[in-house]
Amino acid sequence: MTNGDKHNLRLGLLFISPWILGFLALCVYPLLSSLFYSMCDYSVLSPAVFVGAQNYRDMFTDAIFWKSVYNTIFFAAFAIPLGLVMSLFLAILLNFDLPGKGIFRTVFFLPSLVPMVCLAVLWQWMLNGDLGLVNNTLNPAFGAVNALFGTHLAPPNWLQEAAYAKWGIIFTGLWGVGHAVVIYLAGLQGVPRHLYESAEIDGANFWHKTWHITLPVLSPVIYFNTIMGLIGSFQVFAVPYVMTGGGDGPERSLLFMATYLYQNAFDYWNMGYACAIGVALFLLILALTYAATKLSEHHIHYEGK
Amino acid sequence: MKTYTFRLGCWMLAVLAAVHCSCSDAGSGKEAGRVTIKYWEKWTGFEADAMRAVVDDFNASQNRIFVEFSSVSQIDRRLMLATAGGVPPDVAGIWGKSLPVYAENNALTPLDRLAAEGGVRRDQYIDIFCQICSYRGHLWALPTTPSSLALVWNKKLFREAGLDPEHPPQSLAELDQFNDKLVKRRPDGSLAAVGFLPAEPGWWNEIWGWWFGGELWDGRNAITANSPENVAAFQWIESYPRRFGVHDLLAFRDGFGNFASPQNPFFTGRVAMVLQGPWIYNFIKNFAPPDFEWGVAPFPSVDPARFQNITQVEADVLVIPAGAKHPKEAFEFIKYVNSQKPMEKLCLGQRKFSPLRECSAEFFQKHPNPHIGEFLALAKSPNARFVPQLTVWSLYSNDMTQAFGRVWTEKAPAGESLDEVQKHVQQAFDRQQKRWEQISEKLTKEWDKP
Repeated sequence: MTNGDKHNLRLGLLFISPWILGFLALCVYPLLSSLFYSMCDYSVLSPAVFVGAQNYRDMFTDAIFWKSVYNTIFFAAFAIPLGLVMSLFLAILLNFDLPGKGIFRTVFFLPSLVPMVCLAVLWQWMLNGDLGLVNNTLNPAFGAVNALFGTHLAPPNWLQEAAYAKWGIIFTGLWGVGHAVVIYLAGLQGVPRHLYESAEIDGANFWHKTWHITLPVLSPVIYFNTIMGLIGSFQVFAVPYVMTGGGDGPERSLLFMATYLYQNAFDYWNMGYACAIGVALFLLILALTYAATKLSEHHIHYEGK
Repeated sequence: MKTYTFRLGCWMLAVLAAVHCSCSDAGSGKEAGRVTIKYWEKWTGFEADAMRAVVDDFNASQNRIFVEFSSVSQIDRRLMLATAGGVPPDVAGIWGKSLPVYAENNALTPLDRLAAEGGVRRDQYIDIFCQICSYRGHLWALPTTPSSLALVWNKKLFREAGLDPEHPPQSLAELDQFNDKLVKRRPDGSLAAVGFLPAEPGWWNEIWGWWFGGELWDGRNAITANSPENVAAFQWIESYPRRFGVHDLLAFRDGFGNFASPQNPFFTGRVAMVLQGPWIYNFIKNFAPPDFEWGVAPFPSVDPARFQNITQVEADVLVIPAGAKHPKEAFEFIKYVNSQKPMEKLCLGQRKFSPLRECSAEFFQKHPNPHIGEFLALAKSPNARFVPQLTVWSLYSNDMTQAFGRVWTEKAPAGESLDEVQKHVQQAFDRQQKRWEQISEKLTKEWDKP
């Protein structure tokens, strides 16, 4: 390393030092300390007492924790693919060169600007079993089916019935696909036109072009959105928390890992156990991200490579 | 280049320092020469206004202490974090039921000595409020505004159903009979109105067993969630979905508006009787139709000969967090609030009754709630209770709400759902007890320190 290199390194480090300091103080320190506290009996106010792996052992036998893991995985398993397909589908539609496309793009992006809490309150009413817009829309369909077959079917009380509550949250989540749509749209702009043109000459139709050109070129963007969706879905908190008024939902169907972590930390004063849940959540997301990266390795097409 | 970098670094430091100063300066320097004590309170709106008026009186009454009042949301969490961070307020207004967990985590200053020195005596209060403020043999708080729960009924609906509007149900069996008469269904069979729903508003799912003679804790080592009385209470809860149908009940309840709105089902006549506290007066005044006629009576028990005037009493309390900078001055203020005149002003402002034994005739004359006497009488009843003083109460309460929900939706029978609560809460409680055994000696020594 020459003197000039050293100087540049120092200068570079100096310039990014605010970020490094912030990263160390606000990310690395909390990460490591929560790892430590996960092995303590700790209530925030009294000094932490080291208990080894006790919190993790408790976690294994805690049925409510496993319920929260199940709920989180269930939510992610449907919310991620649904969000992915929906946002990609919208992006492809919005990419058509139609008059007024700017308006359509804005309209589809707008809902994702609504803050989480407002979104939750809004959908709480949309999904209301008696007066909600969703059920008001479904009612005629159910009425027709009932009239035809003499059945007594009724649309569900979305947030009051354990079997439907998570679906309510999953549908609510679809309102926030705007961000992903914008990222896909940017990706779609980058698809070289000459590929489409040569495919058209070879007689390719819309589906051929989508399948063989658009999707492969978009694959890094899809990968990015999947990982972001994965992280977001596993950390789901604000919407169910607001919708249930800070509770767990019917039969704990809306108790997610992040909610249970929060309850233990701030309602039950078990910060040590909450940290252990945090570590478990971290490891779960880490493992799934790693798996997603490994599985998609051969399916992602990087333009530069 | 080097000088440029150096200068840039200096600028960055200067900006950081300026930001730091502007943050830490805020709020200090009020009323020079007086000890400023910080007071955090959970109330907002008219309840906060009532306390602010008392604080203003206190500040005007002397020139040694100045109380800085702040309305703080989510006070439980903020107080916990501020105390842990070593920057607690000098006085905080929390809920009586939170005292055990704060005390056992050494987050509060015991008030025994300050109270003795200040001449505050237990016999000044209605008994139950002293009990709420004490835990493990120490005094941790003094009460502010209390409440009790009673049956509140809509007289007009009683009259329309052919019931005597001045005769509330005297037993749970009678309540159920009234319920049958008050039920209205729409042409499609769905529910339009009912007499009573244990799930409305659903704020006290834990305590139904009390009206069956049950307890939630034996006061020592055993949680008693699945005692025969509590199971009987949940079997009574079970009778509702059986009678009305789960789906109908859920849809009916889902259509209820916000509690604090004209769409509150009690005000719209969709529910004729509710379990409520004295605050209901404010909501009736603000949201119910002008011709709304209501009565207040003790909530009926399963056996009126054995269990009479059962109620849950709660109290807002004032505490001095551990590590507060001016505990003496803080107590001076708490003591002031607990003297008769300011207390009556506060309770009148918040439309509650006073926790003090002595109460002026003027207080009742001025009180806008015509039924405040009934709520007060219930608080004085020998059968008045408060939630068990357990550090795991929050978990217990959440578990009971879940159990209630399972029974309400016919997902599990009463006994089974309460067995689960019993197992889970007892386990958590045992762990807390073990922890207490480890720390109790050190803590009690600290608390007993003169």
